[in-house]
Amino acid sequence: MLKSSAANKFPTELKELKYEIAEYAQEYGLSFFPVIFEILDYQEISEVAAYAGFPHRYAHWGFGMRYEELSKSYAYGLSKIYEMVINNDPCYAYLLKCNDLVDQKLVMAHVYAHCDFFKNNLYFEHTNRKMIDEMANHATRIGRYIDRFGHEAVEAFIDCCQSLENLIDPHAPFMKRHDDAHGSEWIYSVHASSGTQDAAVTGSQHQCSHRHGSAGCASCGGNGSKENDLFADEDDERVTPRRLRSKSYMDSYVNPPDFIKARAEDLRAKAREKKRFPEAPEADVLLFLIENAPLKNWQRDILSLIREEAYYFLPQMQTKIMNEGWATYWHSHIMTEKVLKDGEVIDYADHHSGTLGGSRLHLNPYKLGVELFRDIEERWDRGQFGKEYTECDDLKAREKWDKKLGLGRQKIFEVRRLYNDLTFLDTFLTEDFCRTRKLFVYAKEQARNVWVIENREFQNIKKALLDGLTNCGQPIIRVTDGNFNNRGELLLSHEHEGRDLKFTFASDTLANLHRLWKRPVHMETCREGRKERLTYDGHSHSETRLD
Amino acid sequence: MYAARRIERDQARFKKMVRGTIRSGIRKYITRGELIGKTGKQFVSIPLPQLQIPRFRFGENGKGVGQGEGNPGDPVAMDPNESGNGQAGSDPSEHILEVEVSLEELVEMLGEELALPRIEPKGKKNITTEKEKYTGIALRGPESLRHFKRTFRQALRRQLISGTYEADGPRVWPFTEDKRYRSWKTVIERDSNAVIIYMMDVSGSMGDEQKDWVRLTSFWIDTWIGAHYKGVERRFIIHDAAAREVDRETFFHTRESGGTKISSAYELCLKLIRESFRSQEYNIYPFHFSDGENWGDDDTKALELLDKISEAANVFCYGQVEGLYGSGSFLSRLQETRKEDEKMLTALIKGKDDIFDALKTFLGTGR
Repeated sequence: MLKSSAANKFPTELKELKYEIAEYAQEYGLSFFPVIFEILDYQEISEVAAYAGFPHRYAHWGFGMRYEELSKSYAYGLSKIYEMVINNDPCYAYLLKCNDLVDQKLVMAHVYAHCDFFKNNLYFEHTNRKMIDEMANHATRIGRYIDRFGHEAVEAFIDCCQSLENLIDPHAPFMKRHDDAHGSEWIYSVHASSGTQDAAVTGSQHQCSHRHGSAGCASCGGNGSKENDLFADEDDERVTPRRLRSKSYMDSYVNPPDFIKARAEDLRAKAREKKRFPEAPEADVLLFLIENAPLKNWQRDILSLIREEAYYFLPQMQTKIMNEGWATYWHSHIMTEKVLKDGEVIDYADHHSGTLGGSRLHLNPYKLGVELFRDIEERWDRGQFGKEYTECDDLKAREKWDKKLGLGRQKIFEVRRLYNDLTFLDTFLTEDFCRTRKLFVYAKEQARNVWVIENREFQNIKKALLDGLTNCGQPIIRVTDGNFNNRGELLLSHEHEGRDLKFTFASDTLANLHRLWKRPVHMETCREGRKERLTYDGHSHSETRLD
Repeated sequence: MYAARRIERDQARFKKMVRGTIRSGIRKYITRGELIGKTGKQFVSIPLPQLQIPRFRFGENGKGVGQGEGNPGDPVAMDPNESGNGQAGSDPSEHILEVEVSLEELVEMLGEELALPRIEPKGKKNITTEKEKYTGIALRGPESLRHFKRTFRQALRRQLISGTYEADGPRVWPFTEDKRYRSWKTVIERDSNAVIIYMMDVSGSMGDEQKDWVRLTSFWIDTWIGAHYKGVERRFIIHDAAAREVDRETFFHTRESGGTKISSAYELCLKLIRESFRSQEYNIYPFHFSDGENWGDDDTKALELLDKISEAANVFCYGQVEGLYGSGSFLSRLQETRKEDEKMLTALIKGKDDIFDALKTFLGTGR
C-alpha cells in the first residue's frame, strides 16, 4: 500500500516467520484480522507514525510537527519506534527495516496480539474497520475544500476543530441515537441529519434522551419542530392537544375532557423540557456544534470528519494499558515458548526488558498491563478470588492458596474482551499487587518544593490511578445551555473533580469555540475551590465569580 | 505510491509557520539575552508555546503514582516531568514545544527580515588551510588512534584461522600485528578569511546595561559575519585612557574607571592589522563601541588613525551607546567629518530596541 517498489518488498525470510508466528498465535487462541506487514526505513516509519499509522491523512502542519519530532528524536538516538499497528481489517503493521531479525519476530508476535485485541475488545466494536480507506477519503474531502476555499481558511478551521477534538463523549458509541438499526453507523448519522435538523426531531422523541433539540437559538436559527409549541410558556393556551373531529354533541365522548386535560398537562411538561437546550447536558460537544453551530457546509463536514477520527482513536486511549499489556503478555509467551532460537535469547531479553523498563515516577503501561494480566492469570489459576478468599485474613493461607482451578487463561481472555483501562484497574488492581510491586503515591511538597513519596495506601494509589484514567484523563465538559442568557450564547460546564483546568489553554480554547459558535461562549469551572465562569465574547476574556 | 511525499508538504507548512512566528517576533529574539547562552551548539532552541493547539485540559497534577523503594516523606524528584514520557494513563507530560532552529537558519531569517545583502568577500583574499581528515587505516600508529573494531576483527580472524578460538569461552586477545590504527590524509582547503576586531570603551561611564547591549549587538554581528566566512577570527580590545587586547570573557566583564582616549584603541587596532591581519589576506571588520565621551584633544588624533584603519578594513562600524551620563560628542564629530567615507558606519544605541536598527546599519552594506 505504501510502496510497491522492489526495494521494499517483504522478504521471504520474514514472510515465513510471519506465517509461523501467526500459526502459534492462533494455537494460543488469539483471533485476528489478516495482518499485512510493511517494511519501512526510519524516515518512512516516522512519517507513518506522524500520521498515527495511516498512509493518507489530510494536510495539516500538525503532522509535520510530529514528524520533525519523531525523526529527530530517532536521529539523535532518543527514541525508536519499534512497532506500529493500525486497527483496520486487514490490519496494517509496520516493521523498521534496520531491526534485527529477533526484533522483527518480537514485533510480529506483539502485533498479532494487538490485532487480536482490536478485533475482540468491546470498546473497539464500533470503530470503523475500513479506517484506512475512510482516512484517505477524509484527506480527499479536505483536499477539495482546500482547493475551493484556500489553504489558509481551511487550515485555520482545522486548527479550531483540533482544539476542540477532545470534547467527545466516551459513552457515545454505545448509545442508541435516532432510529438507527445499525449500531455501527451511529457516527454517520450526523451527515444525514446535519442538513435537515428537524429530521432528528420527528424521528425518535420517545426513546432517546440525548436527542438534540431544535429549540430556537437566536443566532443559529434552529428551525422549529412540527409541533407548534416552541414559544409556549407553561400556561400558554396554544398548548392544546389535538382533538379528533366530531359532531358537537358527540365531542365529550370522542374527546373526553379528562383525557384532554391529562394530555395537555403532558404536552406542557414536554414543552418545559424542550425549553432547555440541550434538554440534557451534552457531553458530545462536537456533535452539538455540528448540529447547532452556524457553520458553512464545508466547515460542518470538516468538523464531523474530525469528530469521526476522534471517536476512532478513542478506544486506543481507553485501553492503552490493557492493549500494551496484552501484546506484551503474548509476545513473551510466543517468543520464549516457540519462536526464539538459542542465539537470540540475550538480544530478546535485552529488548523485552527495554520495553518494560521505566522510571520510578512514571508507570510504564506495558509493564503495568502485563503484570496485571499475569496477576489475574495466576489468581484465577489458583482460585484466589471470590468471597471465601477475600474474607480470609490469614496471610499464610492466602499466600499458599491454591485450588488448582486453572481458569487463568480463560479469565484473561474474558478480561481482554470486556474491560477498558478504567474498569480493568478498578476491578483487578489488588492490595497485594500494589504491595508486591511497591507502588506509591507521590505528591509535591509545597514547603520544600520537592516531590516526595506521600504514602503507600492501596486506596490512595488506586484513586490516583483511576483519576488519571477517568474520561481518558481529560476534563469532563458538557454543553449545558445553548441559549445562555436567552441570547443564543453557549455555556459549557466543567464537572470539577478536584483538578483545575489549565487556564491559559482554556481561554485560548474558548476563543476557538467562539470562532465556531460566533456568539459569546462561557465555561463554568472552579479555580482554586471557587466557582467561576470564564467568558469570551469575541473581543475579550473575562471571569465571573459565581459564589 | 505517494504523489509527492505528503509529509514533506506538512513539514514545509510547519516550518513555514515556525519561521513566520519567529520572524514576526525577531525583534524580540534579537534583544533576548538568553539566546546567547544556548548557542554553544549549532542550534538555538526557541520555545514556541503558541504552536501547541490549545485544548481544555488539566493543569499541573500535584500527584502521581510511582514504583520502587522508599518511605513516605522521602523525596523522589525535583520535578517528575523533567524526564517524563508517558505516565500510564495520565496526562501527557507537560512540555513546551521547543523548535530547534539552526543558527544558520536564524541568520538567514535575520537577513531576510533586515533585508541584509549577503557579504561579498573582497578580492582574492583566499588563504589555504591544511586540515587532517581521518579516512584510512594503518598498521602502525599511536595507541590513542587504535581502531578497536578493526583490531578486534583482525584478532578474531587470526584466532579462528589458527584454531585458538573457543566457542564455549570466547576470549579474543589481540597481538601487536592485529592492531589497526586510524590514519589521516592532509587536505588543503581554500578559503577567504575574516577578522572581527571588537573595541569597547570600558571607562567608568559604561555601565552593565550598556555592555549588555554591546554583547547582544556583537553576538548578531558575529553570527552574521560568521555565516559568510569559513574562518573568522575575533580580537577584543578594551580601552579607557590606554588600550589592551583581551579575551572575550574579559572584554565583556571589565570595568575600569578613568578617562577615555579613543585613539589608544585605534592605535592598537591598527597595529594588530598591520602585524597579524594584512588587508590583502583578510576581510577586516573593526567594530567600536563607546559612549562617545572622549578627551577633547584626542578626537583629532583618533580620526586620523581611523582613516588608516578604514583604508584597510571592509567597513568600520562605530556604535555609540548612550551611557550613564548621556552621549558624548564623538559620534557627531565622526558624522560631520567623515560624511563621504562610505566605509564609515555609525549608529546610536539608546536601548535594546535600537540594536535592531544598529544591525541594519552595520551589516546593510554587504561589504
